[in-house]
Amino acid sequence: MIDLNTIWFILVGVLIIGYAILDGFDLGVGVIQLFTKDEDERRVNVNAIGPVWDGNEVWLLTAGGALFAAFPPVYATVFSGFYIAFMLLLTALIFRAVSFEFRKYSESPAAKKLWDTAFAVGSTLPAILYGVAIGNVFAGLPVQFVDGKITDSITFLGLLNPYSILVGVLSLVLFTMHGAIYMTMKSTGKHLDKMVSVASKTWIAVVLLYFIATMATFFTANYLFVGILKNLLFWLLFILLFVSIFYIPIGLKAKRFGCTFLASSVMIGCMVGLVAISLFPRLVPSSIDLANGSLTIYNSSSTQNTLQTMLIIALIGMPMVIAYTIYIYRVFKGTVIITKDSY
Amino acid sequence: MDANVLARIQFAMTIGFHFLFPPLTIGLAWILVIIEALGWKKKNEIYVAIGKFFGKILALIFAIGVATGVVMEFQFGTNWAEYSKFVGDIFGAPLAAEGIFAFFLESTFLGLYIFGRERVSKGVHWFSIFMVAVGSTISAFWILVANSWQQTPAGYIVQNGRAELVDFWAAVFNPSTMVRFHHTFDAALISGAFLMAGIAAYLILKKKETETAKKALKVAVIFGLVVSLLEVFPFGDLHSKQVAKTQPEKFAAQQGLFDTQKNAPLSLFGIPSANPPEIKMHIAIPGLLSLLTYNDVNAEVKGLNDFPQSEWPPLFLTFTSYHGMVALGMLFILIMGISAFYLYRKTLYEKKFLLKILVWAIPLPLLACQLGWIAAEVGRQPWIVYKLMKTADAASANVSAGEILFSIILFGIIYILLGAIFLFILIRKIKAGPDPVKSKEASL
Repeated sequence: MIDLNTIWFILVGVLIIGYAILDGFDLGVGVIQLFTKDEDERRVNVNAIGPVWDGNEVWLLTAGGALFAAFPPVYATVFSGFYIAFMLLLTALIFRAVSFEFRKYSESPAAKKLWDTAFAVGSTLPAILYGVAIGNVFAGLPVQFVDGKITDSITFLGLLNPYSILVGVLSLVLFTMHGAIYMTMKSTGKHLDKMVSVASKTWIAVVLLYFIATMATFFTANYLFVGILKNLLFWLLFILLFVSIFYIPIGLKAKRFGCTFLASSVMIGCMVGLVAISLFPRLVPSSIDLANGSLTIYNSSSTQNTLQTMLIIALIGMPMVIAYTIYIYRVFKGTVIITKDSY
Repeated sequence: MDANVLARIQFAMTIGFHFLFPPLTIGLAWILVIIEALGWKKKNEIYVAIGKFFGKILALIFAIGVATGVVMEFQFGTNWAEYSKFVGDIFGAPLAAEGIFAFFLESTFLGLYIFGRERVSKGVHWFSIFMVAVGSTISAFWILVANSWQQTPAGYIVQNGRAELVDFWAAVFNPSTMVRFHHTFDAALISGAFLMAGIAAYLILKKKETETAKKALKVAVIFGLVVSLLEVFPFGDLHSKQVAKTQPEKFAAQQGLFDTQKNAPLSLFGIPSANPPEIKMHIAIPGLLSLLTYNDVNAEVKGLNDFPQSEWPPLFLTFTSYHGMVALGMLFILIMGISAFYLYRKTLYEKKFLLKILVWAIPLPLLACQLGWIAAEVGRQPWIVYKLMKTADAASANVSAGEILFSIILFGIIYILLGAIFLFILIRKIKAGPDPVKSKEASL
């Protein structure tokens, strides 16, 4: 029987996976926007995610809320520790969120271009920062848990180390590929050809970077690999990851874009899943005292009463969320059609 | 300045700006539920035109609400880490519930409402705006659960250095939750009604799509009068009685009452000063406060002097914001009452002066929301959780004053920019007016 703390570790993980898959592609579309010159293509890009991006971002908010509810000391320590990085992330997300409406009501091409840039930069920065954050958590943070008190000495500059930046570049390229694959379902003609080409090229970069990052992790944070080969779940995710990675170029060539997108989503899900498995049961590994000073799902959780109550709330709410999210995606399925009411 | 003061300024600024948008979203969404239902059932193209026009305004307002709301979700962790650690076992749950039950609902269905008009049936389309309204209301509910727990904590026990949940339902439905939810929700409806009425009045004055604007004004005025009346009685009345019972210091500060007394006066006007603490130029009606609060002229009302001065809320802000809010509430009834009277006499559309007042009244409910919020939150000081934790002990210990100052300047610039662009676009959108209604022949 798994305990409530583990269940909540899984649930927060599921929310992060949901976020990475769903907002992952619309962040990726934002990165692509940075390199799109043609106004018609830009407009298709924005409208491809227009009706759904906001719902996607809610996965992040809910993950934040769930982390607060289930593991308050982690929410408090990490978010205040990452203060400046967080303010930059929030700034990016603010400009990104308003860029859609502001673009729509801009009349001059220059103003439209300005908001496209806001959308693009507001997508690129978070795509990097999420990777940087994972890198820092993997490498361990200067945090110490002693007798129920938490001390930390996290600094902004300390967060920008080569290893974390490597993981940041990986997440950037990964989301770009995911966004390009999403756009293959939404675009036509020359635009479609371009997206297939972007997806294929970034795929190569993802494979290479994932390999390099895994090696770097092995040397930087060896503890993550201890005992992992005996874990059945690891092998399951590992095989699934392998299959989905190598399906992507095949799917692109066969023009089975829906299946390719599914593969790309599974791939991201597996990557986040592997991150979670290797961290478990730690949430914030301590770089000072890994064995005793880390924040874990046991020393940093809410009470059993709260975890149980929250589980009931999640079990009632999340199936409904998933049901109507699927419904909405079906309504807006197919290539983008620009109308008078589009962005 | 020390980090704690800066953290408070930062919170006040970011939430104050954010709080301009959700009331408009909630209010406008519910009126659109009515408008879209009329358009659907009566098959009347005018209502469809109103729906499309105000739907776009809703989307614009919603976008700024989302953008500034993201900050709030993480701010407890970034700026109020000590608070988050102390109350996380209780306070995190409503925030997570808000995400699960409200944010997904409103944002997903808003996409369908705005972009799906031609893709789904009329019934499903109406259902989508209904879900936006329900979602935004559920959001208000959970955030008020969290905030009310700070005002009147319940269902917890303090042990292991933190507040731990004992009874979930007692914490959710703590003594002030429902009263404050009704009061705040209705304030949002008033905000939406005044927005729609003001915009419609403007269009009539400028003779733009007048038939469409007249129908919008009619719905907004009737709706606005009902919700403005409800706000004072029963919601405002009940809320006042609850504060008197559960937070007597706050109540006394709002009323400017120093000495505990029977036959307590209702303060109508005054200027509070701190040294010595007194209300200058005080106009008050004897006995009315006792009567309104306890239904008895001779009932005793507690004054500030019964409490140690270290536990008084800041007098000036609490008293002034409360009085400003109440005055505005009365004004709303007056404006909507007169408008409804002329609507009944079928002469409202010719009363240019009144229409102008409706245009200029658009921001007033938002001002009332801000004042009410200041009265509630400043009135709770010096506590962040009433009688449980002081605001002075709640900020992040590991964040420096410089870092907070950086974020104040950053968000200050961003919010001024956003506010200016928002107003610019909104005004231009209003001036452009709704699309012309297709004539019957053309649509056949």
